[in-house]
Amino acid sequence: MSTKNLFKEDIKIINIGSPSFKQDYEKQEVPYIHLDWAPPAQGNLMVLHQLNELRPYQKQIEEANIKAVEKIKSSEGRLIAVKQAFDVIPNMSKHTILHAGPPIEFKKMAGPMKGAIIGALIYEGLAKNEKEAIKLAESGAIEFDSAHHHDAVGPMAGIISASMPVHVIYDIVNRNYSYCTINEGLGKVLRYGANSEEVINRLKWIEKTFAPVLNEALLLSGGIDIKSLITQALHMGDECHNRNKASSALFLRDIAPFILRTKFSDQEKKEVFEFIQKNEHYFLNLSMPYCKVALDAAKGVKDSTVVIAMARNGVDFGIRLASSDRWYKAPANYVKGLMFPGFTEEDAAPDIGDSAITETFGIGGFAMGGAPAIVQFVGGVVEQAFDYSKKMHDITAGKHQVFTLPTLDFMPTALGIDIMKVLETGTLPIINTGMAHKEAGVGQVGAGLVNPPLACFEQALTDFVKQIKEDRT
Amino acid sequence: MKDAKVLKNSYYDSVTLMSTTVQIKKDLGLNDLVMFMGTDMNKDMIKSVGLYHESLDEAKPNDLMLAIDMQETIENWVDEVIQRLNSKKKTDTVKGEQKLTSIHQAKDVLDANIAVISVPGIYAAHEAFKALDDNMHVMMFSDNVSVEDEIKLKDYAIQKDLLVMGPDCGTAIINGKGLCFANQVKRGSIGLVAASGTGLQEVTVIIDRFGGGITQAIGVGGRDLSEAVGGKMMLKGLDALDEDEDTKVIVLISKPPHQTVLDKIKERLMHVTKPVVLCLLDAHLDEKIDQVTFVSTLTDAAIESLKLIGIKTPDLLAFDDQLKDQIKKNKQRFMPSQTKIKGLFCGGTLTAETLSILRPLVKKVTSNVAKKTDEKMKDPRISDGHNLVDLGDDIFTQGKPHPMIEPTIRIDRILQEAKNPETAVILLDFELGLGSHEDPVGITLSGIEDAKKIAAKENRALAFVGYVCGTEQDAQGLRKSENLLKNAGVIVAKTNAQAAVIAASLVSEVK
Repeated sequence: MSTKNLFKEDIKIINIGSPSFKQDYEKQEVPYIHLDWAPPAQGNLMVLHQLNELRPYQKQIEEANIKAVEKIKSSEGRLIAVKQAFDVIPNMSKHTILHAGPPIEFKKMAGPMKGAIIGALIYEGLAKNEKEAIKLAESGAIEFDSAHHHDAVGPMAGIISASMPVHVIYDIVNRNYSYCTINEGLGKVLRYGANSEEVINRLKWIEKTFAPVLNEALLLSGGIDIKSLITQALHMGDECHNRNKASSALFLRDIAPFILRTKFSDQEKKEVFEFIQKNEHYFLNLSMPYCKVALDAAKGVKDSTVVIAMARNGVDFGIRLASSDRWYKAPANYVKGLMFPGFTEEDAAPDIGDSAITETFGIGGFAMGGAPAIVQFVGGVVEQAFDYSKKMHDITAGKHQVFTLPTLDFMPTALGIDIMKVLETGTLPIINTGMAHKEAGVGQVGAGLVNPPLACFEQALTDFVKQIKEDRT
Repeated sequence: MKDAKVLKNSYYDSVTLMSTTVQIKKDLGLNDLVMFMGTDMNKDMIKSVGLYHESLDEAKPNDLMLAIDMQETIENWVDEVIQRLNSKKKTDTVKGEQKLTSIHQAKDVLDANIAVISVPGIYAAHEAFKALDDNMHVMMFSDNVSVEDEIKLKDYAIQKDLLVMGPDCGTAIINGKGLCFANQVKRGSIGLVAASGTGLQEVTVIIDRFGGGITQAIGVGGRDLSEAVGGKMMLKGLDALDEDEDTKVIVLISKPPHQTVLDKIKERLMHVTKPVVLCLLDAHLDEKIDQVTFVSTLTDAAIESLKLIGIKTPDLLAFDDQLKDQIKKNKQRFMPSQTKIKGLFCGGTLTAETLSILRPLVKKVTSNVAKKTDEKMKDPRISDGHNLVDLGDDIFTQGKPHPMIEPTIRIDRILQEAKNPETAVILLDFELGLGSHEDPVGITLSGIEDAKKIAAKENRALAFVGYVCGTEQDAQGLRKSENLLKNAGVIVAKTNAQAAVIAASLVSEVK
């Protein structure tokens, strides 16, 4: 809009600041919009200064972000196999234990994570009981590491040990892999820190019976298109983080014929069917690694301010950028929402698990507007869910046209959280999530909504500014 | 009883806070109330009024700070205050208006071409960049923007062929629509660029009064012609008007710029194809450039530009018989002690013009807008001799609305001057038009009456000289406003410059 044109057009105004000018526009019949303004970056002048420091690089950052978003969108993740972690996950030893969130030492871990590790060590036969397991875990003989460092993700405690079978996702476009364990169902389960005999026995059954059957079925199927299942499930009221009813059913529908064609006994096939059929969250452990494999496609896109991981270990919340392999961490928030009967907010552990990878990808909390049934479960109202899904577009670099929300006129989901937009608007990503009991093994005590700490984004920005300036000198 | 409270994440713009504070104070019968967002500067301000409480330490810029001094304790005072504050906010929201929080979002809804920015200065540049990113012209009413940001913004705008009017720009008229403080003037063939708000208002009003009209009135902000900014927007505006087919005559208005900037402007003027009136207030240039007329008062800027479009004006400084008679009568009533002019202004440039006119007419006149040290008032709050006080000066407006919006803050000063035995003439300006108070004359009348009574007690009679900067089309009405003044015994001038001359002649024989 050149100055010359301005003098030939009717003026139209965006008013930022004093509302008292509005009456003057109205008097003169000037079309206007009065912004519902609040200080950018929540008034944090340090952040604002850093954002302004990036102005000279604006174009290259925008280009990098478009590139990152295109990479993520291009991902075609297929579930191709179920294998033991030791056999497929990179840099996995018999003494490696992977966990959710950013790296953390055993002593500092949250209750549910410690409980799950104890369970894993017993399951692996490395310890006979809890006491031995703790001793071993504290001895330094076990290599603990963030699952994210091994292309893997896990819900809640997110524990992966060498013998555990994992879903293997392969992206046929970007040719990368991701991994996630088999979802054990609700109640007393390892991911909430339970480690009783019942839990260990179930893990053994998954390893010995379930995994071989499913793996053979997958081989016969030639791979299951997870992206397509998510697309359909979003049109059926799932958001694929806390509601996986439709997606789990769709998965079972797709895999069933191939399970029937395997060489296993009817009894084994029946057990496998029942296990998937009874678990409404089966698909969570497929949507998560799909999101992971897609987001990892943007790994290493220089100058990008897009977030490719949000994860919590029950103590800290960490985020990672496409352009850096560092974690930006801050103490995790507590989830706010509905408590299951008999529990109070005091019982809950801080926000935990890798499942926020779904929000990082633009589903889960970001797609809540398309999943009205979940809204009550996390203690909200439908209108609010619509608002969240729309609002997330304010903080993302792009959108995913393949994933659409029918309730919002098939609005695409918001994709590619941009730390600059998060900080400028002060709008944080919305995550809907389950709450774990702070003590090991009690299980889920509620569900609700949570945000990442703003400090993660502030650290990421500081580091990004430093990096981009260094690159230019 | 004093108390304080912080409300987290409750942003209110300062105008809303300031405009409601007075009313809420009155409604609840409070000794004092301050409502500010939690910036460090605002905290200092609360400290300075003695209402600070350590509980305010934690307040952040997005938090609302309330500090109160109650005569009688009101238990739920926070609720009472917030309820009133929000009821004000609600009436501000037009029905069906969409809640949009960023310029970019708003631009999606309305393909706007101008962003008017009046947020606190520390955030204003950020928003202005966003507006320029979205290819919008910017009118920056906000002040306290750093000079570095002003330069970056203007360079970026020029690169994109956009205007950045401001920072600290109070007046613009684009395509006949007034922005912020502007008068309703006819459209015509005179285009203006000005580094001064009330200066621009005064010239456009006089042009309108004699049948001229304007194409565009572009404000550039008071700092545009500083050495650092280098007149970037004045030059850009000059080029734009030179290109604009509807503009036949161009008027540039500024206080005297830095020499390097003046050289740049003169250089550019050599190549301008249209006649230009260059009004450098309070400066006399011995220059000759074809097609350029140099003037040093706002009145002359209007007269010369009218002349260039073929409109002759009467002598705007001359006195008719009626005026002469009024002056004579007023003079006769002065006591021997009454020898001084007290100019109490709402308009900064009008103050400066008055200073320029009075300097040769009366002995030793001081002002808070003076550049020369010997003309500076020692303390603008204290009168001494002939004084011209710009009440829009930061020293008077910290945490308060500008006197053009809220002229009542001038009344206290009028009463103060009335008590001073040396006061002969009280010289007042009144700005009509958009942005200004809905009846600036009306609410000042009681102050004028009270001042007369105060003086009368000591057998003194004050002379009031008033000038109303406005047009008949302004909502407040020029004639109506002038009549209110005349009925109150105020001598009403035709222009701001004439008001100065009248004031001078009132004290002429007694100097």
